[in-house]
Amino acid sequence: MKVELRDISKHFGPIRANDGVTLSIESGTLHGLLGENGAGKSTLMKILSGFLSPDRGEILLDGKPIHLHSPAQSIAVGVGMLHQDPLDFSALRVIDNFLLGSPESWWLDRHRIRNRLIELASQFDFRFNPDALLSDLSIGERQQLEIIRLLGLGVRVLILDEPTTAISSQQKEKLFETLRRLTEQGKTVVFVSHKLEEVRSLCSKVSVMAHGKITGEVPMPCPTEELVQMMFGQTVMVGKRCAVPLGDPVLELENVTVSDWRLEVKSLSLEVPAGEVIGLAGLEGSGQHLVLKSCAGLLRPSVGHIRIATQEMTGRPYRDFIKAGVAYMPAGRLEEGLIAGMTLIEHAALIDENPRFFVDWAFAAKTAAQRIEAYNIKGQPGTLVEELSGGNQQRTLLALLPSQSRLLLMEHPTRGLDMESTEYIWKLLLNRTQQGTAILFISSDLDELLDRSDRILIFFEGKIRIMETCGTNLLQLGESIGGKGFE
Amino acid sequence: MNPLEAKALNNWESHPSFVVRVFAILLALVFSAFVLLILGTSPLDAFALILSGAFGSLAKLAYVMTAWAPVLLCSAGLLVTFAAGVWNIGIEGQIIMGAVFATGLLQLLQDSLSPAAILVLAAFAGFMGGALWGMLAGALKLYGNVNEIFGGLGLNFIAGSLTVYLVLGPWKRPGIGSTSGTQPFPPSLWLPAFNGFQVSPIEVLLGLVAMALVTLALRGTHFGLKLRAIGKNLRAAFLKGIPLNQYMLLAFGLCGGLAGLAGWVLVVGTSARHNLFPLISSGYGFLAILVVLLTNLSALWSVPISFFFAVISMGSLQLALQRQLDSSLGGVIQGMLVLLVLVAKGFQSRILSRRER
Repeated sequence: MKVELRDISKHFGPIRANDGVTLSIESGTLHGLLGENGAGKSTLMKILSGFLSPDRGEILLDGKPIHLHSPAQSIAVGVGMLHQDPLDFSALRVIDNFLLGSPESWWLDRHRIRNRLIELASQFDFRFNPDALLSDLSIGERQQLEIIRLLGLGVRVLILDEPTTAISSQQKEKLFETLRRLTEQGKTVVFVSHKLEEVRSLCSKVSVMAHGKITGEVPMPCPTEELVQMMFGQTVMVGKRCAVPLGDPVLELENVTVSDWRLEVKSLSLEVPAGEVIGLAGLEGSGQHLVLKSCAGLLRPSVGHIRIATQEMTGRPYRDFIKAGVAYMPAGRLEEGLIAGMTLIEHAALIDENPRFFVDWAFAAKTAAQRIEAYNIKGQPGTLVEELSGGNQQRTLLALLPSQSRLLLMEHPTRGLDMESTEYIWKLLLNRTQQGTAILFISSDLDELLDRSDRILIFFEGKIRIMETCGTNLLQLGESIGGKGFE
Repeated sequence: MNPLEAKALNNWESHPSFVVRVFAILLALVFSAFVLLILGTSPLDAFALILSGAFGSLAKLAYVMTAWAPVLLCSAGLLVTFAAGVWNIGIEGQIIMGAVFATGLLQLLQDSLSPAAILVLAAFAGFMGGALWGMLAGALKLYGNVNEIFGGLGLNFIAGSLTVYLVLGPWKRPGIGSTSGTQPFPPSLWLPAFNGFQVSPIEVLLGLVAMALVTLALRGTHFGLKLRAIGKNLRAAFLKGIPLNQYMLLAFGLCGGLAGLAGWVLVVGTSARHNLFPLISSGYGFLAILVVLLTNLSALWSVPISFFFAVISMGSLQLALQRQLDSSLGGVIQGMLVLLVLVAKGFQSRILSRRER
């Protein structure tokens, strides 16, 4: 089935997730959709699979315009999506998951369905015990089940959203083989990924998205540099911070292993002296957050030691990290950083470093006014934080950081800020490093990483390379982020 | 945009405007009238009866005041837990435990100290009883991962059963044990009343003072500020280094303590039965939940609204006495009010989010 998306736009509040996207996918091909996290890939695919409805634009299947209002409807017309996090029911059995969503009569003919499951599975050499609980299956097996479930429902266009983030390399090979076989059968496969190498080896054609738009479309094979440029932009710049006087170690990681349910970062050793700025690069979810959170005391490493200013901190509670001078600035502005429903004055009162019993509202108002001035926040002391624009919320987050800290841990410190504000904020941050603050920050902006850091930790699927910024150019960084040099 | 999607995108709440609220209240009255019509009673007659039942005589007004005090105390407590973002459904049990502790202390010291001292000590005991029971619900939530709603419900049942056990067992009246309660205390252990007006200024005053103190604490102290931060965004509050467990337990303890004081009022209050009996909490805790929901956590509005609810509760007793209708009709009206205001709030935010598109 040929898929055409025409002029699709979708916004969430002020964010344009998709901005006039036009994309055409030939029948029976393996089409790659490449882009950084937040580029708008998932939104576009959720629109195609009926999960979201677009603000504007139309979808054509085999040249016929269709209007999708629900995932069930899109499956009925033959479009099915395999989500990044499996949308299945881990407490149910394999067979129950298989028959969920199928337009059956009210009576369940389990015998027939069981045969169908086994028949479909054997087509692709998948092995399932239909009565096993889904929670006993690996993520890879759950994907396999979801694929044959969708095929069982008659899906002819299969969308896979970042399917390889949580599966083993054998399962990945198996998945790729399955996808190739599906296209041989005439099915259309859309493979959404941010991993350059995977897309290059698997797809026959690749569309690249950035900032909600399609920035390029090329048939494979194509040189990596070209894809990197389409993903990250054209400019080729070189890291600048070369000779910076550094002090005593502020943060020491010794042989740290830290993991969550899908990813493990193994045996990281790192020493960060006072005044150093370290950028954490990598596509979203490659392990940067695990390392940053463990430095903040929010995630306990399974192995290894963390020391702040030579003080052993491993396993200590988050509040001890705060007392030791660690400040953490989360990425989620209204989710984690700011408190919706409270004003800037109230936020200022919350960070009062010497609180007495009663709140000194006059002092809080003064503090708020000062920070508004210093950080150029467009708002009043009495403004509720949710009424601020995204960029001003970001400024507020920065403004609320404690004035004295040994170690600043920041996720996307300048996201949503214009060039001028970014420049200004980094000037303030670098002033802090002169006073001995070390900074670790996550960013997906390669220019920012090269421009502001002394060293860059590059993450790829939990593996880490350390790169000196001085003399490194954007292309080298982009390629490493895409996985070059990690195998 | 469907409501869930809207909720996912706007995680802050909208407040119903004044007009919407008044409209909802009128609608509640219309629906109540409809229910009364179905039951074959003239709505006007019924509303008049409720009013005269509440204000018809000084004695009746005294009863209203007696019902008002515990609702005020509980509403004040609930403002604290709601500020922390938790549903303290266990408040009924906390009232009961306050009454149990107060009764226990009164029985223990009945003849040893001066009545005034005993009453004050009993108030402390009541506060402690409720606070401990509240903190138990909090601890279950924080350390046992039991949602405070389920924990609270369970603890309500346990507290209720405990009173039955005490009334029929260790604390039964000499000779006979009956569910009508323990041996009533002598008038010396009642709160003093005005002559001819069977209500003690202490009860209502206590409620108003509690309300004022809670308001001051929530608005003016770092404790209140941090508690509100927790209630509005748990994760952000944690990241700001606020000790969640301590604050949460304190909130449960404070609310439970005020509910426990309400329990004490229900034992020693002027128009009380002056003993411990099963169901002594009489639903005042749940009524307070309705009050606080209806006023959208406003302390200022909770004062008149809790009075209004006390009027409906006490006034509707006349429906039973004079028209052979069930007095729970008062509860129907109260419930309808809250439901419709909440529905109106929901509709308003839905319409607003649609307009934003």
